[in-house]
Amino acid sequence: MMSGRCAACKNQRRRCPSDCIFAPYFPANDPQRFACVHRIYGGSNVGKMLQQIPPCLRDQAANTLYYEAQCRILDPVYGCVGIISKLSQEIQNTEIALAQIQTQIDCHKLQVQQPKDELNFNVLSTIEAESSFDVLQGQNRSAPEYQLPSQFPCFN
Amino acid sequence: MASSNSPCAACKFLRRKCQPECAFAPYFPPDQPQKFANVHRIFGASNVTKLLNDLHPHQREDAVNSLAYEAEMRLRDPVYGCVGVISLLQHQLRQLQMDLYCAKSELSRYQNLSITTTHGLIASESAAAAYHHHQNVSSGSSFGRDHHYHYHHHQFLPREQQVMRGFESGNNYDASLLAMNISASLGQLNQLQHQSAAGGGDDRHAANRS
Repeated sequence: MMSGRCAACKNQRRRCPSDCIFAPYFPANDPQRFACVHRIYGGSNVGKMLQQIPPCLRDQAANTLYYEAQCRILDPVYGCVGIISKLSQEIQNTEIALAQIQTQIDCHKLQVQQPKDELNFNVLSTIEAESSFDVLQGQNRSAPEYQLPSQFPCFN
Repeated sequence: MASSNSPCAACKFLRRKCQPECAFAPYFPPDQPQKFANVHRIFGASNVTKLLNDLHPHQREDAVNSLAYEAEMRLRDPVYGCVGVISLLQHQLRQLQMDLYCAKSELSRYQNLSITTTHGLIASESAAAAYHHHQNVSSGSSFGRDHHYHYHHHQFLPREQQVMRGFESGNNYDASLLAMNISASLGQLNQLQHQSAAGGGDDRHAANRS
């Protein structure tokens, strides 16, 4: 039935079988959705990927493929990897800021513990220097779980 | 460029002769066969060729590397791919943002305590100094010692002002987080779809589904 074809079969100009793998995830009323994934992945690749996934997860897979395809169309060089790069950078910046604030808190705690007239700037400078060193080392310890490949281009 | 006896990884995989002008050769060296295998499996060679042809030559290496990364993530996680990575990083960032907010609150408590203590001491010392001045006009030794104590506190105040300025500027992180929120980016993508679509389909369903 011509009017019952999904967006994928309409795009491919073929009959849409009753067990079409695309039909549940690429409805006819949203042709842009399949057009995006087709442009980036190709229809047959999408079909193969969906075949390898349990049916209960195919909806999620189709959504994420669509999202990544949209990102790639908007940013043909980096796609959604650009977003990953930005997030990784932001995580690093936030970790540094957190370490700096923690250093200042530690300084204040020290002031509370020690008599005030015994403190001098030399002591505080030493604490800050050591804490800064810990910050630099901490950047490596608290790296994101997903390590970007070494050849990953730096997004700035 | 591929030499006559060393085809690039793409041509090796596709079992074809690697021409001197092979478009894949600069980006898929023969010592990285898995890179092209992954990209081919997810995107397909012809789609990669089309993508690269639409880019400037100086952009192609970055594009290939990001495609290779996406392909690898999709093969590791066939359901979520890179979106899973984005979700994880967003969660990590939110946690860190909360930690930072709590740390800033704790710091401001210490600073307020310090300022309050300093002002209280100054007020009490001033009152004491005024009392001593009235009681003992000629003797200034105790006042001198207290003045030295004030000096240490006055030294701390400018640093505290610097910290407060840093505290204010750190609030920009919240705006960055919102800008990179995956829901917001999907919303932007949907808005762009509305602008570019030529009356095809109901894009709100795409937004709701996402």
